Amino acid sequence: MAQITYREALNQALREELERDERVFIMGEEVGYFGGAFKVTDGLLAIFGEKRVRDTPISELTIVGAGIGAAMGGLKPIVELMTINFGLLAMDQIVNNAAKIHYMFGGRAKVPLVIRAPQGGGHQLGAQHSQSLEAYFLHCPGIRVVLPATPADAKGLLKSCIRQDDPVIFLEHESLYGVKGEVPEEEYLVPLGRANVLRNGKDLTLISYSKCVYDSLAAADALENQGIDAEVIDLRSLNPLDMNTVLDSVRKTGKAIVIYEGWYTGGAGAEIVARIQEAAFDHLDAPVERVATLDTPMPYNAKLERAALPSPAKIIQVAEHML
Amino acid sequence: MDIGKDLLLEMYRAMVRIRLFEGKVRDLATANEIPGFVHVSIGEEASAAGVCAALRKTDRITSTHRGHGHLIAKGGRLAEMMAEIYGKRTGYCKGKGGSMHIVDFNLGILGANGIVGAGLPIATGSALAAVIAKRDDVTVCFFGDGASNEGTFHESLNLAAIWKLPVVYVCENNGFGEFTPMQTVTSVKDIAVRAQAYGIPGYVVDGNDVLEVYRYASEAVARARAGEGPTLLECKTYRWEGHVVGEQAFLGSGAYRTEQEINEWKARCPLVRFQKFAAESGKIDAAELKRIEEETAAELDAAVKFARESPLPAPSEVAEDVYV
Ligand SMILES: Cc1ncc(C[n+]2csc(CCOP(=O)(O)OP(=O)(O)O)c2C)c(N)n1
Repeated sequence: MAQITYREALNQALREELERDERVFIMGEEVGYFGGAFKVTDGLLAIFGEKRVRDTPISELTIVGAGIGAAMGGLKPIVELMTINFGLLAMDQIVNNAAKIHYMFGGRAKVPLVIRAPQGGGHQLGAQHSQSLEAYFLHCPGIRVVLPATPADAKGLLKSCIRQDDPVIFLEHESLYGVKGEVPEEEYLVPLGRANVLRNGKDLTLISYSKCVYDSLAAADALENQGIDAEVIDLRSLNPLDMNTVLDSVRKTGKAIVIYEGWYTGGAGAEIVARIQEAAFDHLDAPVERVATLDTPMPYNAKLERAALPSPAKIIQVAEHML
Repeated sequence: MDIGKDLLLEMYRAMVRIRLFEGKVRDLATANEIPGFVHVSIGEEASAAGVCAALRKTDRITSTHRGHGHLIAKGGRLAEMMAEIYGKRTGYCKGKGGSMHIVDFNLGILGANGIVGAGLPIATGSALAAVIAKRDDVTVCFFGDGASNEGTFHESLNLAAIWKLPVVYVCENNGFGEFTPMQTVTSVKDIAVRAQAYGIPGYVVDGNDVLEVYRYASEAVARARAGEGPTLLECKTYRWEGHVVGEQAFLGSGAYRTEQEINEWKARCPLVRFQKFAAESGKIDAAELKRIEEETAAELDAAVKFARESPLPAPSEVAEDVYV
């Protein structure tokens, strides 16, 4: 296995799928000559040319809408939004069209569109550039929501997304692009809808996705020193959502914390908490807790930003209180 | 149009304050003394200075991610600006906004926006407010060439045109949106011609000539104030620095413009241009310009000192100001 970064893993996935299927093409702001704001599409223009790797104007609503049209026209577009914050300008096309077309037209049309977007805070970029907006999309039926945490998942999940026919919002955390991990040399896919148990434990289940997976693993290591044995689950995607893996774990441990970087209120974690109590109420020894971003826009100052974001220390604090 | 000496010096002072402030911010960011994304407007000083010189204090502006110059030209204080960039409690936004969001609401600035094109409808609405409240204030909207490809640009111009709103749209065309040359993603050579589609006047302006900017802005502001509706001005200019300070680190070898092009534009420096005008006009002597430069340098030193010595916000402040 090769050790590569999350960024390189995504780049490989795109390259392999562009090679494999000529219906696949990429468009977005700065994706071609510059290779993407986070360099994920680096080198692809040189290999595949301007027809398939297209730099667009700063026009998010229309880039996504054109992606929908191209998908309905028989292609497999991958639209990169420079960050999810700017994806808000495309919300209408995502919610009113991408997510509805298959259903609204009686299953007779499909929109095999993958929208990739970096997201997340922690870099002192302020309120408009630091958001984690997965809950907005999770709320909307008809669109898949995928958030890889590791390089291997980034590659395998992105390839699966490109090969299936539902619209997908594929959210990459800005802090993860440089993270390295083992990625198989041979071709592989990671199927959608299968959570990954990254650490086995019997006392407590930590459920997260995207960057918070690393916070959970760090918290689990620290808890181990205190004799607390935490299980860590990476959901990988919120839609489809693998509740079976979560419920199996919670039935075993009786305690769970959901960790996510969206806002606390109405975040994806709230949905998971609700489903745990619906399905496993009798197995719970304590209320299911959440560690999430404070209900404030993201402050610029570093100290305030740290106070707003989830962290291993906050997870440990909640875990200690629970046990 | 004869421009009085006081106003001329005021415009020069604005340009010098922008130049020195931005240079300092660039150096501090390069030295990692200040964090985040900083977008500076060195080379583009004349559009902010010339336009704001045509405004009254009660007139409004909206600004962008590259907004330090707009605030300075509208009369912003360097100390509170610098403190904000340092993330200090004494900053204009109490350390919560940062470089992309520094503004002074007492000066009629309705935000500096990190979302490209977001200021256009806000400026349009501000102009609407003046009409409804029967104030003869004008709103100026600053935005980039890149922003003119967002829907908000087109929708705002149409709305302002049909309602004859007192707004002046000032496109600062510096030739690039991030690393993309404007001509590769824009259907027209001059953004100003887009005004025709909305039935309003549109002019190409030499954005490095503060006097020309001032003249066009004064006329557009007068039209707006007289209830004759919006104008689109396109100030052609160039940014000498990167899109964002430190861009070389992620650009790698991929240059998106040539040294030669940058040097050609540096030769058209708006400050030097004004100095030449001053010398030729005989109205202003070099010593007066020199004094402005020295005063500004001292003001800037004091601003950095203030920023460094100011207290950080306390962690509990994170939850303040979410609601009124
Ligand atoms: C809606 C939106 N899309 C993309 C971005 C990322 N971005 C920030 S600045 C910029 C370029 C803007 O170009 P222009 O409007 O010409 O202003 P300039 O930076 O040249 O001053 C882009 C694409 C953003 N901030 N907001």
